Amino acid sequence: MSTGLNDNELISKVLSGDQQAYAGLVNRYQNYVFTLALRFTKNREDAEEVSQDIFIKAYRALPDFRGASKFSTWLYTIVNTTCITFLRKKRLEVHSLDNEKVFEVADSQDSGMKANLVEQKSRMAMVNDAIKMLSTDDAEVITLFYKGEQTLEEIARILGIEANTVKVRLHRARARLKEKMETHFAHEVKDLN
Amino acid sequence: MNMKQNPEERLWDYIDGLSSPQEKTTIEQLVQSDAEWKAKYQELIEVQQLLQSSELEAPSMRFTKNVMEEIAKLHIAPATKSYINKRIIWGIGAFFITLIVGFLVYGFAQVDWTVQGDSKLPVDFSKVDLAKVDLSKMFNNDWVNAFMMINVILGLFLLDRFFANKRKKFTEES
Repeated sequence: MSTGLNDNELISKVLSGDQQAYAGLVNRYQNYVFTLALRFTKNREDAEEVSQDIFIKAYRALPDFRGASKFSTWLYTIVNTTCITFLRKKRLEVHSLDNEKVFEVADSQDSGMKANLVEQKSRMAMVNDAIKMLSTDDAEVITLFYKGEQTLEEIARILGIEANTVKVRLHRARARLKEKMETHFAHEVKDLN
Repeated sequence: MNMKQNPEERLWDYIDGLSSPQEKTTIEQLVQSDAEWKAKYQELIEVQQLLQSSELEAPSMRFTKNVMEEIAKLHIAPATKSYINKRIIWGIGAFFITLIVGFLVYGFAQVDWTVQGDSKLPVDFSKVDLAKVDLSKMFNNDWVNAFMMINVILGLFLLDRFFANKRKKFTEES
């Protein structure tokens, strides 16, 4: 298959008519796109539907990809706009600092159950759970920086904001994540030390 | 500037590799000499390692197949640059330049350069009576009418393109 080819080679193949080469790009980026979509939708069914939509949109727009940025940066821009549109359509609130409390309340409700489960969770699952408790903005910036392999400048381009704003947002997101881990996964964090 | 920054922010910049060489040296010295800085640094390094080890979520096994099935129904859109012919753009540009030059030549041809008098200008504006200027002659000219009609058609064409693009974007978003 086309898995040994880099992104630009796969794109050239798709543009020259080899539709199957696109599967190489889908396989390569599906987890990144799905994870980012999940940060917005908060449920797997919607995330899968949105991710599928993102890859179809990207395929349609592929001839206009000029290669000025990395393919991943271009793709994540589509992720960002599609997810925001999805949230608007569903009339869900993009969770900001203020409504983060909603998560805290929801979390405290099942904290008893969590206390029993926490012992069994791996350190990776713990981080993922803590990220899920963050606001969409915080979770997105952390995912793009640590998992999406994007620089601050690239994230700025994806989100349509200044690189300095991304830096501040990342600082705050990490601080809040640390706080979440200390509050909700105190035992596990202690075990790691 | 950096000294006023929060120590945690300075440490994160150092960990992310965003500090200047001078700041990097300062932080390294602080981490080595100051117990509080060292403890904070260790704490942030642990968070960094946890974040790096976090897992990506995976969609269902059929995901790629589903996407490819949807894509099979589509025809890839041609690149914008491939359907916008540069010759048309240059043609439109040349048309407008010719139009402007034509008007200028026509205007200057109407000036009576031989008029003599006190005025140093080739046209004696003091003798121009605006009330007697007959604009109807200008707009009854066949050439002017033809130019104006072409401009109106071009304007309507551009307006139609603008609305077509808007409609396309709206359909794509929905």
